[in-house]
Amino acid sequence: MIKYCELFWSFFKVGTFTIGGGYAMIPLMQRELVDRRKWISEEEFIDEVALSQTLPGVFAVNMASMVGYRRAGVGGSVAAVLGNIMMPIVFILVLAIFFRSFRDNVYVSRIFMGLRPAVVALIAAPVFRMAKTAKVSWRNVWIPVVAALLIWLCGVNPIFVVLAAFAGGLLYSLFNKENIRK
Amino acid sequence: MIFWQLFYTFLIIGIFTFGGGYSMIALIQSEVVSHHGWLTAEEFTDMLAVSQMTPGPIGINTATYAGYTSVVNSGLPTGMGIAGALLASLAVIILPTILVILLSSYLLTHKDNRHIATVMRTLRLAVVGLIAAAALSLLTRESFGTPGLNLQFIVSVVLFLGVFVLSYRYRKSPILLIAASGIIGLVIYSI
Repeated sequence: MIKYCELFWSFFKVGTFTIGGGYAMIPLMQRELVDRRKWISEEEFIDEVALSQTLPGVFAVNMASMVGYRRAGVGGSVAAVLGNIMMPIVFILVLAIFFRSFRDNVYVSRIFMGLRPAVVALIAAPVFRMAKTAKVSWRNVWIPVVAALLIWLCGVNPIFVVLAAFAGGLLYSLFNKENIRK
Repeated sequence: MIFWQLFYTFLIIGIFTFGGGYSMIALIQSEVVSHHGWLTAEEFTDMLAVSQMTPGPIGINTATYAGYTSVVNSGLPTGMGIAGALLASLAVIILPTILVILLSSYLLTHKDNRHIATVMRTLRLAVVGLIAAAALSLLTRESFGTPGLNLQFIVSVVLFLGVFVLSYRYRKSPILLIAASGIIGLVIYSI
């Protein structure tokens, strides 16, 4: 029981005090899980971060689930995940309820007229940042370009694009054994 | 009926999200705005502003907000909206969490698998396209004003370019950029 409470509390702190998304939680998680609680080593932490990014879903939740499960089984996983998302859900709910009644206020609508283009820019910027991480080159740039055009212009469901990329990557890997680029 | 659709939609979104919160935003945009029409593009953009400024994973924040607003927009009361928010948040994490529980021990001991690495490289490339498509479909009249020489469009384009450069090149925090743009909007449109 103490294990569950500790897991809940550790991830509660990480989830409640990080603004800016899951990856912003990495340094806090490291301090809490590696330095303070000493549940996992530095090396295990890096491996678990990498695996959480590989698996589908929300990065921070995957991380909570993995650390919780490896420490205290399924119950530990549930405790860590709930701790991680509880306060964020409460904050968002309060804001969502509150925002609907203030949306038509003239000052609020002026504020939102200013921040809408900013939000779109904040979605556009990671495209170029992630293009670097994904190592986009002249040889493979057609993949993101075709994916974007299919979704944006042809209205293809992104899920099919993900499935196609998954299948394509797997086939490429299976049939090009000696041609693996590092 | 909307609850079942909401649950199913977010279940699918959760398991098909690769590469973090922004790719989940792209899927939520496609499902919730384009496909089901539960939220308008304008509401979706507003929601992203709120999701980025409050604590927690962006994927969870977006799911919670979309769950609530979808239900309330369909004419149901606030209490039902809260149920919708919890349902969407749960749906989005349930399959990935099961996958983590089933696979993490195995994958941590086989982390250098070549096939997984290649599939991930291809997925990352596709995800770049996914997010680009989401950004492109958010370039709407509702968010930028009617194109032309009018105050709202010019201010919007300047804000868009400014925030893009400050975020991409100078890595300024999203919270700071959203707050500053909100204040600029309030001042300019009040004069």
